[in-house]
Amino acid sequence: MSEQMNATASERAAVSADVVLSVSDLRIVLDPSGIDIDDDVTLAIHAGEVLGLVGESASGKTTAATSLLAHQRRGARIAGGKITIEGTDILSASHAALRHIRGGLISYVPQDASAALNPALRIGTQLLEILEAHSFGASKAEREARLSEMMAEVLLPSERAFLRRYPHQLSGGQQQRVAIAMALANRPKVIVFDEPTTALDVTTQAHVLTTIRALTHSYGVSALYVTHDLAVVANLADRIAVMYAGRLVEIGPKEELFAGAFHPYTRKLLAAIPDISGTHALRGIPGWAPRPGQRVPGCAFTPRCDMAIERCAGEYPPYEGSGPDHQVRCWRWEEVRAQAPSHDVLLAQRVASDSAEAEVIGVRDVIAYYQRKETLHGISASLREHRCLALVGESGSGKTTLARCIAGLHPFKIEGDIELRGKALERDARSRSVAERQAIQYIFQSPYSSLNPRKTIRQILSQPLRVFFDLSKNEMEDRAARVLEQVALDSSLMGRYPDQLSGGERQRIAIARALAAEPAVLICDEVTSWLDVSVQAAIIELLVKLQHEVGVCMLFVTHNLALIHSISQEVAVMNEGVIVEYGPVAEVLGDPKAEYTRKLLADTPTI
Amino acid sequence: MSAPDATPELLAAVTPAEKRPAQWIVTIREAWRMGRTKAGVIIFVAIVALALLGPLFAPDSPTSFVGAPFAGPSAKAWLGTDYIGHDVLSRVLWGGRTVIGLALAATVIGLLLGVGLGMISGYARRWVDETVMRILDIVLAFPSIVLALLFVSIVGPKLWLIVLMVGISHAPRIARVTRAATVEIAQRDFIKSAEALGVARRKILAFEILPNITSPLLVEFGLRLTYSIGLIAGLSFLGFGLQQPAADWGLMINENRIGITVQPWPVAVPVILIGILTIGTNLVADGLGRALIGIERDTGGT
Repeated sequence: MSEQMNATASERAAVSADVVLSVSDLRIVLDPSGIDIDDDVTLAIHAGEVLGLVGESASGKTTAATSLLAHQRRGARIAGGKITIEGTDILSASHAALRHIRGGLISYVPQDASAALNPALRIGTQLLEILEAHSFGASKAEREARLSEMMAEVLLPSERAFLRRYPHQLSGGQQQRVAIAMALANRPKVIVFDEPTTALDVTTQAHVLTTIRALTHSYGVSALYVTHDLAVVANLADRIAVMYAGRLVEIGPKEELFAGAFHPYTRKLLAAIPDISGTHALRGIPGWAPRPGQRVPGCAFTPRCDMAIERCAGEYPPYEGSGPDHQVRCWRWEEVRAQAPSHDVLLAQRVASDSAEAEVIGVRDVIAYYQRKETLHGISASLREHRCLALVGESGSGKTTLARCIAGLHPFKIEGDIELRGKALERDARSRSVAERQAIQYIFQSPYSSLNPRKTIRQILSQPLRVFFDLSKNEMEDRAARVLEQVALDSSLMGRYPDQLSGGERQRIAIARALAAEPAVLICDEVTSWLDVSVQAAIIELLVKLQHEVGVCMLFVTHNLALIHSISQEVAVMNEGVIVEYGPVAEVLGDPKAEYTRKLLADTPTI
Repeated sequence: MSAPDATPELLAAVTPAEKRPAQWIVTIREAWRMGRTKAGVIIFVAIVALALLGPLFAPDSPTSFVGAPFAGPSAKAWLGTDYIGHDVLSRVLWGGRTVIGLALAATVIGLLLGVGLGMISGYARRWVDETVMRILDIVLAFPSIVLALLFVSIVGPKLWLIVLMVGISHAPRIARVTRAATVEIAQRDFIKSAEALGVARRKILAFEILPNITSPLLVEFGLRLTYSIGLIAGLSFLGFGLQQPAADWGLMINENRIGITVQPWPVAVPVILIGILTIGTNLVADGLGRALIGIERDTGGT
């Protein structure tokens, strides 16, 4: 390993002479409160290098990234620090100078290209506008030549018919490529990518990532790639910077970070990332990242860190590390470095794989419609006692439709049978018996939408209790406290409202509400997709634990193939309303038979 | 076994509130911080106080004759007399109750009808929604005053009928606002969650949806109250409200308009008071509306 580290270090040394962008002591605060969003951010990007900027929500990564273009969202202000691109001081530049710098020296690719492109202008017009604004070339012909060149660079057709399209006539991936082409137009030195693939399906994401990789390599453009997903930058970035609560906690070469990070947070973050190969167990980080204004004076990770010492909470550690290329901010980084990364065995895979378990839910040749359009074309599957079936597919594959059909929440026509322990269920939850409704509980994707904001946690949890059980007030309180305990929450939260809780806590409440009904089946619909990776891992841990301890059977709907190993024993891969592959996890992921599964596996980013 | 840490997540750094005020109360608090709301409330309270307490201070009975018709202001009658010699000041002090009382009653009726219909159609969707909304569109197609006149001319100038008609004429607009707010809430997952549990529809409407839409309804109430005042006063002016010799601001404008050049006070004072009253309610409605948008902007993150 040391050889590898030496090799990368020397590689770095070769390019480090050539710093394109440097940021020092950047501090960004909220006006007028003066609360810091970002503080002490120091980093450099070399020529042709891709720096991945990784952080969870509210870590200040996007705020830091947009400040590289001297732009701040309303209410935020750059309070200190220096940013230079090729010797030009960005923060002291005049408005007129900034117009040339933005798009000329440094450009920006937003998260949502569909919102960034003007829906009323043809894409050719929009792309030419960028070139004209920066007076690219001497003539219109020259600009049009550059336009075709740009389209070729992002692997889009440059014929007239395509350029005459409006943004809505393009797919999400094509729109994102157009946004990248716009960023490339005037051959900037640095491009800031702000989570450009978050809204895209894995297949499209894989294409966009390939494009970005190819561009930075062939044109020597440097890039800052902002993301919450370490797996995305694993193959793309040369170095990775990790942000936590507005500070850069670690920055270093990718290989070194993945092999043995110096900061406890980086290590835990890596352990929380689901791994498609299923070689390590998912470990969540208890708690959540503090928002601006809630941070302790010292290292903000202190409350969640199991290595924290007294000094951590009071004093922020300086930048230290093995060399200028690998810097870390932790008092105990040398001890962290000495620790070997731990590997746990996957709990989900320890469940005995005995297919003779009794069937709880049987889905037989189900055809479902959306209004008059057929969206599920003959689906059969079964959920067995003590087991978890993962339902995987991209958006529009029909996975949520199937989940809702089982829960009795599909408002349109269904043909075929859905059975609960051999007895056919009515289509609509309301027409089902109380016992049938109780047996199947649904956990929704967004914990921000699934809890009534006007109700306390107590009221939310007592709803299923009131519907399904005849309990006294005290019994109800006891039951509510017990389910809270099952999801590892304190009963002191009972009097709170959902918006006083973090996203992870809210999702735990939603799980507790489902558990309160004492169901036989839990249907989890993308329950982690709104959560940070560290919280996602904690929720997965909780669900696996419940599967063991409560013995509930589960349908786990997800778009993320990497999660499957950690939670389920069986998997069904869906595409365009049909199940293309169905079987034990190890078989399907280890030796996929369907072409679609293979493609999905290849496109899923891994560490 | 390596069970996940049972450490409860850290408590959010907010003060735990055992009981939270209802949504509409929050809107009122937010609105109260604005100058326009305060001004509106002061105006409204002043006029309502004048209408309610006025009779206690009236120098004369509103129906007794104190002088010659259309006599100008004097020490005996500060605002002069009206077309048959009643004291204008006394009639003004007596005449506000009906306008305000009827307007409030009509608005409440409109709110009950509109909220009921709006919530049902916003939650039921499909054909129920279509049917209800199209019927309301037909009602909307008639100008409210024409609708009211139509029924009043059939049944006769009964106060209850006027209140009912003004209420009915408000219902479609309130229903639309309610429906829009309901549709937004009804598509959230906590409604589906309640449906999956089999909670009765009326309970979902009353306990899941209604508490989440009280703020827009409050704004709508303020706005409709303003229109009610205008409509009720207008109907009185046209002779469909209280009948002579009762004192009523709308009626006063009508009966004294012929003498406006000789003795403007019996027309001018009611006009000004009705005008100020609607400005007051409008300011409050505007403040509430702004508070509503402000609150939505602050919390509508996700």
